[in-house]
Parts: sequence; structure tokens; C-alpha cells
Amino acid sequence: MLAAAGLALALGHAILQLPQAAVSLPTQVAGNMGQSGVEHPVTAVLLNFRGYDTLLEVAVLLLAFFGVMALSQTQSMCPAEPAHALLQALARLLAPLMVLVAGYLLWIGAYAPGGAFQAGAVLAAAGVMLRLAGLLPAWAQPGRLLRTGLVAGLLVFVVVALIALGQGVLLQYPSSAAGTLILLIETGLALSIGLTLSGLYLCSMETRA
Amino acid sequence: MTPGLAFDLLLAAALIWSALRALTTADLFRAVVLFIVFGLLMALAWARLSAPDIALAEAAIGAGLTGALLLDAVGHLRAKRKPEP
Repeated sequence: MLAAAGLALALGHAILQLPQAAVSLPTQVAGNMGQSGVEHPVTAVLLNFRGYDTLLEVAVLLLAFFGVMALSQTQSMCPAEPAHALLQALARLLAPLMVLVAGYLLWIGAYAPGGAFQAGAVLAAAGVMLRLAGLLPAWAQPGRLLRTGLVAGLLVFVVVALIALGQGVLLQYPSSAAGTLILLIETGLALSIGLTLSGLYLCSMETRA
Repeated sequence: MTPGLAFDLLLAAALIWSALRALTTADLFRAVVLFIVFGLLMALAWARLSAPDIALAEAAIGAGLTGALLLDAVGHLRAKRKPEP
């Protein structure tokens, strides 16, 4: 307890001692917003100025999912456990609404807080909810369509990056097409992130039954 | 003391309390529930810090999906610990 308090004090002291940053990133971002193709600074940084980070992040997420899939054992589709009728009715009602919310978050990402990760998380939550209500079977062996969906986001991202590389620098979009390209990438990302995150849950549940 | 500051202090205290409780509770199920509570409070804190992007992600991934995964893991552990009927 005493050590923890000491550590907290030392960390607080270190933070207060930090020197002033030499480069002011917010002003740089604000200065380059015109070329980014979107109007929300967070989306501009995530998908344009620092596109590398997001690309690698999605790759890591996919790798984590491969690990989970390699560890799951069952070969056959495990039927969902039946749930309460009221829960099923509610899930049926909520799932389309959640897909709608995900689409809205994806679209609004260009102008306001939102974007691919949030939309994907809402999609994944819808998947988990359907699974808990017993409406969705667990994934034992993802089929071809599912696999395509899982890697679609990363593939779209890599293809766009390669095309941009052909014209100069990796992940530097021409500013006239940047908005369209970002929306395209984000759509693929939201789909893949939603599938991957819900897959983490749907894959790990099958061993119980 | 303005209402905003009072709310922030309350929020910070609740965050530290729920984090401590989640770490020290012996019952795994209770610890997971406390972790979810911590995630939701953290989302509130991000919203108070005017970072709605992170608040959204924290609420959906940090509290929702991670919570569901952890609850599932606790269920697995319980099923394993009980003798097969």
C-alpha cells in the first residue's frame, strides 16, 4: 500500500515536471484539415495523418482473432442454447436498430465523434446480444463469406495504401479523393472490426456445450 | 464548489474505489461486475474530459465486449470447477 502510494506520488511528480512539447500537434492538425478530406480532427488523424497506426492496429486485431480461432476445438456448428422468449423478442427488435446506429456512427465520423471503431463495436455488441439470446450459432468453422468479411477491412486498407504508394508515398491520399477513400476504408474496417470483435466471443463460447 | 467540480471529484473517487474493489475482491464474478462498472465510469470521465470518441469506444469495447468475454470466462471456470453430473 505504501509502495503504491509512493509510486503514485512519483508518477504525479514526473508528470508535473514534463517539459513543454517542442511541436504543437493540435495546431498542425488544424492547419492541415483542409487536405484531409474529413471535417473531424480525430478521424483525420486516425485515417489520414497517422494511417499507419490504424492499419497496423487492424492487423493486430485480426492476428488476435486468428489466435482465438486456432485455440477453439469443436469442429461442428454448436446450436445456440434456447433463451427466454422475451429476451429473444427484444434482441430481434434491437438488432436492426443497432445496425442502424452503427451505420450512423460510420457516416457521422467525418463530421463529428464517431467512426469505424465505434461502429464496429456496436455491430459486435449486436452479434454478442443475438448469440446470448440464442438466435445465432457459434462459429466452429467460419465459411468463405465470413472469412472474406473478416479480412475485408484490412484488404481494402492495404489496396488503397498500395495504390497511393504507386503515386508517391504510402497512405498519402490525393486530397481531392481523400474523403471518398476514407469513407471506403472506414466501411470495410467497421464491417471487419464488428465481425472480429463478435468473433472473439462467438468462437470462444462453443467449447462449453 | 461548482456542481461540475463536485461531480468530477465524486467521479474520480468512484473510479478509484471501483478499481480497488475490482482488484481486491475474492469473488471473480463480483470482480468482473466491478470491472464493468469501472469501464462505464471511465467512459463518463472521458466524456467529462470532452473526448466523446474515446468515451464511445470505452463504453462499447472496454465495458461491453470485454465485460461479456470476462463473464463468459468466469462461467467456463465455474463449469470446470463443478464435478460433472
